[in-house]
Amino acid sequence: MKLDARIPSGPIQKKWDERRFETKLVNPANKRKYKVLVVGSGLAGAAAAASLAELGYQVECFCFQDSPRRAHSIAAQGGINAAKNYRNDGDSIWRLFYDTVKGGDFRAREANVYRLAQLSVNIIDQAVAAGVPFARDYGGLLDNRSFGGAQVSRTFYARGQTGQQLLLGAYASLSRQIGLKAVKMFSRTEMLDVVLVDGHAKGIVVRDLVTGEVRAHAGDAVVLATGGYGNVFYLSTNAKGCNVTATWRAYKRGAGFANPCYTQIHPTCIPVSGDHQSKLTLMSESLRNDGRVWVPKKPGDKRKAAEIPDDERDYYLERKYPSFGNLAPRDIASRAAKQVCDEGRGIGDTGLGVYLDFRDSIQRLGRDAIAGKYGNLFHMYAKITAEDPYAQPMRIFPAVHYTMGGLWVDYDLMSTIPGMFVLGEANFSDHGANRLGASALMQGLADGYFVIPYTIAGYLAGQKAGSVQGNRPEFAKAIGEVAAMQKKLLGIQGKRTVDDFHKALGKIMWGRCGMARNEQGLQQALQEIPALRDEFWRDVRIVGGEAGINQSLEKAGRVADFLEFGELLCRDAKERRESCGGHFREEWQDDGEARRDDDKFCHAAVWEYQGPGKTPTRHQEPLTFENVHLAVRSYK
Amino acid sequence: MKWLLEFWRSSIGGKVTMAVTGLLLFLFVLMHMLGNLQFLAGPATINAYAEFLHSKPALLWVARIGLLVIFAVHVRTGIRLATQNKAARPVGYAVDATLRADWASKSMLLTGLTTLAFVVYHLAHFTLGWVHSRDHNSNNVHAMMKHSFGHPGIAIVYVAAQVLLFFHLRHGIRSLAQTLGLNHGRYTPMVAILSLLLAAAIAGGNILITLSVLLGIV
Amino acid sequence: MKVTLNIWRQSKASTKADFRQDGKLVRYQLDHVSPDMSFLEMLDVLNEQLTQQGEEPVAFDHDCREGICGSCGVAIDGVPHGPERGTTACQLHMRSFQDGAVITVEPWRAAAFPVLKDLVVDRSAFDRVVQAGAFISVNTGAPQDANAIPVPKADADRAFDAATCIGCGACVAACKNASAMLFVGAKVSHFVHLPQGRVERDQRARNLVAAMDREGFGNCTNQYECEAACPKEIPVRVIAELNREFVRAKVREEPVVDKGRGGDG
Repeated sequence: MKLDARIPSGPIQKKWDERRFETKLVNPANKRKYKVLVVGSGLAGAAAAASLAELGYQVECFCFQDSPRRAHSIAAQGGINAAKNYRNDGDSIWRLFYDTVKGGDFRAREANVYRLAQLSVNIIDQAVAAGVPFARDYGGLLDNRSFGGAQVSRTFYARGQTGQQLLLGAYASLSRQIGLKAVKMFSRTEMLDVVLVDGHAKGIVVRDLVTGEVRAHAGDAVVLATGGYGNVFYLSTNAKGCNVTATWRAYKRGAGFANPCYTQIHPTCIPVSGDHQSKLTLMSESLRNDGRVWVPKKPGDKRKAAEIPDDERDYYLERKYPSFGNLAPRDIASRAAKQVCDEGRGIGDTGLGVYLDFRDSIQRLGRDAIAGKYGNLFHMYAKITAEDPYAQPMRIFPAVHYTMGGLWVDYDLMSTIPGMFVLGEANFSDHGANRLGASALMQGLADGYFVIPYTIAGYLAGQKAGSVQGNRPEFAKAIGEVAAMQKKLLGIQGKRTVDDFHKALGKIMWGRCGMARNEQGLQQALQEIPALRDEFWRDVRIVGGEAGINQSLEKAGRVADFLEFGELLCRDAKERRESCGGHFREEWQDDGEARRDDDKFCHAAVWEYQGPGKTPTRHQEPLTFENVHLAVRSYK
Repeated sequence: MKWLLEFWRSSIGGKVTMAVTGLLLFLFVLMHMLGNLQFLAGPATINAYAEFLHSKPALLWVARIGLLVIFAVHVRTGIRLATQNKAARPVGYAVDATLRADWASKSMLLTGLTTLAFVVYHLAHFTLGWVHSRDHNSNNVHAMMKHSFGHPGIAIVYVAAQVLLFFHLRHGIRSLAQTLGLNHGRYTPMVAILSLLLAAAIAGGNILITLSVLLGIV
Repeated sequence: MKVTLNIWRQSKASTKADFRQDGKLVRYQLDHVSPDMSFLEMLDVLNEQLTQQGEEPVAFDHDCREGICGSCGVAIDGVPHGPERGTTACQLHMRSFQDGAVITVEPWRAAAFPVLKDLVVDRSAFDRVVQAGAFISVNTGAPQDANAIPVPKADADRAFDAATCIGCGACVAACKNASAMLFVGAKVSHFVHLPQGRVERDQRARNLVAAMDREGFGNCTNQYECEAACPKEIPVRVIAELNREFVRAKVREEPVVDKGRGGDG
């Protein structure tokens, strides 16, 4: 596997200009002859589909939800970063770039991150022009708030539903193109394979989730914007439908999978309440602007929060990280929470929780001001827990939230399969080993609105339009393979349900490869996961057939892929013998702080599939830091 | 004309038609009620009022035909909207539950159709003299009303019709503001109260006339 | 706690508006329900049980399970999203029900939302309405700076109140006329309160209403069941705004004259 990141030459500020100039263009009259298949309709997918159609390409867009508006980008709460410096507080493109590289624990590609910071400015303009109702101050100008890992206020937000508002903006643009017949939309349609012709991605195999029909679509290029794989842990803040299937099947066709072990554990989620739990709910990081995180000083202190006097409380983030305090980055805050719970100081019935307390802010600003900022989040918390967060502190605990790893892409966002581009959370490029808050929306939209429209032309210009049609034998073969897998799943007729296996996998993943990992645990996981996988293929039970809506069959396909992918994730975690960002190896730490090994691991690990049952090959893309000095990441 | 027809055919066009014709009909029933209250002032007043109305036949017929057209449009549009609404949801839920709707809002079709039937009856009775014709006396309106409402059967029909009209107006008046695009945090609650008061005033005024005869007060 | 469920089971998609022959209510008993479960988690438990017994699990739409994606939506005892106000079915918890409750679960009922299977309905009519004009016609590119046009906070807040719509369809499901006017009103209201949205206000109002009518949604009779059922509590004010915008747009509409525009050389 050849890993050429194709980073433009020249100083980092000029690289993107350089690339845009040197990239070939497709003549406007010829654009309509090319067909681009966009899989996924979240921020990256919808923005890409709309923008490509506006340029004149024929676009087909696919999503498994019943409407493109329901992609999981919609659930992002807190905000989106942009280096606008509207606050005059010292922000700049360079600072956003620096914060993001440092926040990613120096495991991201500098050139990509710089471009992201540059484009962040355009995103806000674009979104406002499209009618996204960001929060405004009384002067009618855009408001900002602070987020973890930054000491400037650069986060734009729309109450607690920034993701929904941005996605609706992209969905509106996409809908406009659908109405103009420039995009053909296929909802309730799940991608199950990518079709390669002469080594290039020229089509996809999909299942119509309503009729059950398995069919192929041919195109000149494929864009995957299919999100992250957090559901490999079963419990996560992801939507129930989020899955690794599209990227995993692309991996099995030859796309390199980079850094699967980089998973983000978000510090502020509502703790698990019982075995029935189907997902975890995030409480926006923005709450840490006004909430103070604490646990009792004494282990096993079971008094009610209000009965614990201040001098018996440990505001541990403020104590350990005085300059960032409660706004320490996610990986650090999560780890600190785990540490205090390990010490027996966790709160709640399970002892797996810490307090997020608004008492002081309510005293200082008044209840109304707090309700104005976070009303909907407080309401949601009360709904779920039946506790009043105005009267008693929230109970929170870390949960799987985002995955920084993904398919490897070059600077142009093209994977190792020519003609297959990967955008948003599905790729690995911008966040390194840890993503800072309010950066996911930024990356998804940057990729979709502003990167792919330029870079895809560079590929398409070298291709003859419509050169591959669906009648090539590769398509029939891929359809046959997908259908055969379905038949096999349905034929097992065992005793355990799909969810049962998914939960079992989640337990292994969280236990062995969650917030803290070690050699021995990972070794065990690498034995437990294949065993569970074998059992799945022997004993899973799916009721119903291939035709029509069969939600168990849909889930089974996704869980089958998670059962393979989980192993790769653990393998990657085992091989990365250092701690960085969200990847914390207990063997490499300085009193709970992550210790990187830049000599051996300053690279992206890229895995190449070698066939069923074979150990994949680990490749490396070295990371060089010419603009930000490699340093120990300190938030003290 | 095509433009108007297109507007009328659209969902909101139909609603606006209902609101505008409803508003005019409401103004008519309000005037009608106020005029008829003169009955309570004795035969001379009400008969003079009737004579005054009949003294301008051209105006009277323009008003009559205009009213009839407005009424016809209101009924026709209402039936069209009701048919469309039925087609939009042919069957409801196994468990019937409403969160907010009151009887007035749920029964607009019923109260509208009974009002239509009542209007036909009322015209046949007082204007055309087709029913209860021995009471008919267009020269002495006071006597005619007194005779008619003296019959308990007739009086009950009139009172019942007014009760139904009350519900129709109670929802109709507040609705027409909303349909014409008037909704405001401060004024809409006032409109709701006003709608109740006006509906009660119209129905109450008319019932007062009927009962005053039936109970032998006049 | 224990609950008895009456759930609409339907194996094939409905083809005509009158669904009565297409499926039926089936009774299920669940004996170990935790009050901390969400309503959908309770359905998960039922589905696990059904699968174990070799029966087809109940199909229902759901995704984010945090009340924002708008996928889930079932009528619970005749009320869209169930008994709690301002709450989607996924955020409704079993503690809102009595132990021993008998709960009837049905799909959205509207001719424009045909049932596909069990509790799953086809809401693509909403997408088609949006495609008709619920957008601002701006291409990706280089628009003016985001702060170039200040928006009074009150306007921005009004736009936001409408923009919170999650497109779940509860408004249609709650309406005895299956009217989509709260949904369409929310779209119109969102854009009309923003300066950048006002450029296309006339054509937007006309096109959205035409699309809404084409899809076979009913008419508003001002009962406001939609507002009561809306999980995001969108006010019926937006319907008044829709009415106003539509009338305004219709009154201002110029007759179509084809001038046969020439090329520009």
